Amino acid sequence: MNHLKVFTKGLLKENPVLVMLLGTCPTLATTTLVTSALGMGLATTFVLLCSNVVIALIKNIIPKEVRLPCFIVVIAGFVTFVSFILQAYLSDLYDSLGIFLSLIVVNCIILGRAEMFASKNRIGASALDGLGMGLGFTLALFIMSSIREILGCGSWLNISFGDWYEPMIFFITPAGGFFVFGIVIAGVNIIMNRMNQKPKESFSCAECPSKDVCIGTGEVK
Amino acid sequence: MKEMLVILFSAILVDNFVLSKFMGICPFLGVSKKMDSAIGMSGAVIFVMLMASAMTYPIYRYLLLPNHLEYLNTMAFILVIALFVQLVEIILKKYVKSLYQALGVYLPLITTNCAVLGVTLLNIESEYTFLESIVNALGAGLGFTLALILFAGVRERVDAADIPKTFKGVPSTLIAASIVSIVFMGFGGMVEGIFG
Repeated sequence: MNHLKVFTKGLLKENPVLVMLLGTCPTLATTTLVTSALGMGLATTFVLLCSNVVIALIKNIIPKEVRLPCFIVVIAGFVTFVSFILQAYLSDLYDSLGIFLSLIVVNCIILGRAEMFASKNRIGASALDGLGMGLGFTLALFIMSSIREILGCGSWLNISFGDWYEPMIFFITPAGGFFVFGIVIAGVNIIMNRMNQKPKESFSCAECPSKDVCIGTGEVK
Repeated sequence: MKEMLVILFSAILVDNFVLSKFMGICPFLGVSKKMDSAIGMSGAVIFVMLMASAMTYPIYRYLLLPNHLEYLNTMAFILVIALFVQLVEIILKKYVKSLYQALGVYLPLITTNCAVLGVTLLNIESEYTFLESIVNALGAGLGFTLALILFAGVRERVDAADIPKTFKGVPSTLIAASIVSIVFMGFGGMVEGIFG
């Protein structure tokens, strides 16, 4: 696989949220405003890029049996780093992301890429993979949050449309989050059917690409 | 006592972890296809949430706080949870075979379940005491169970329905989740009304 392909596959073809259906918790929780969604996306991209590089560097030193705890420590280290930076320089964003900033640690996209890509590939390819997947995640959050902020708040990037528009509060409630995500995935399904690709049929662990990570070392089915 | 009941019922109904805080969406959508797997997963989540809260509280209070290492809480907690889950799996496998068969498959999934890490971090953020943390964890676990079991029931019907091809599968599941979430919005203010 050439390098350009490694980078671009995360953006559209294997988009972690829209196609692979991973990382649904932050996708629903942090997309009421475009600014917080972009912040979340870029913070996750940074963690994903750094953890992929570090894991690609140390992949030969880590014993296979304890690789998951090692990955988690690396990821948690970068998450702590990002939350320090945000707390110091972007405290508004830090407050609006709240606990979901810490919960980047358990974002299955990051652990999934560590297990499936970074632990098997060279540093350069791993960095591109992390960047592509991270930007794909950010793109998905951007689409979701644009729909929700425009319909639910009557503004976009905090720029209000004026008084003529009555915002539909439903779209910024949790229920609206599920609803918009459902519609977006339906849109993706239409596009994938046009391109003669099979969309993912359900959320289930059997077809999840991260199942080996979640389910561990393969002791249980 | 009243405060405890308020924490418990708020966590179950008003601030439901899945439907209003968006934690643990993956198991909520992934395991809700069949009722018996929903029950198994819920049991494992309640157990791990309770134990994780009981263990992380002393670690934070007596280890991190006196040494000014509060910023390490995420890292310390996720390691404790990962170790604990692994330990429970080994113990259950060796000594309580029947329970292992019921919960075993779901235990490893819980390490990456953000609801478990989330409840321990929220306990610290809300400055709960030890007992309040346990009650909050119990409420969060029961809330997860309630949402999961209700949704498993809804999904069994939705899957049998005739829906347009575009919405089959994932989109219809998400829109059903949206409707279940609207139902839980109705509980807002109820807990304060009863106990307040």
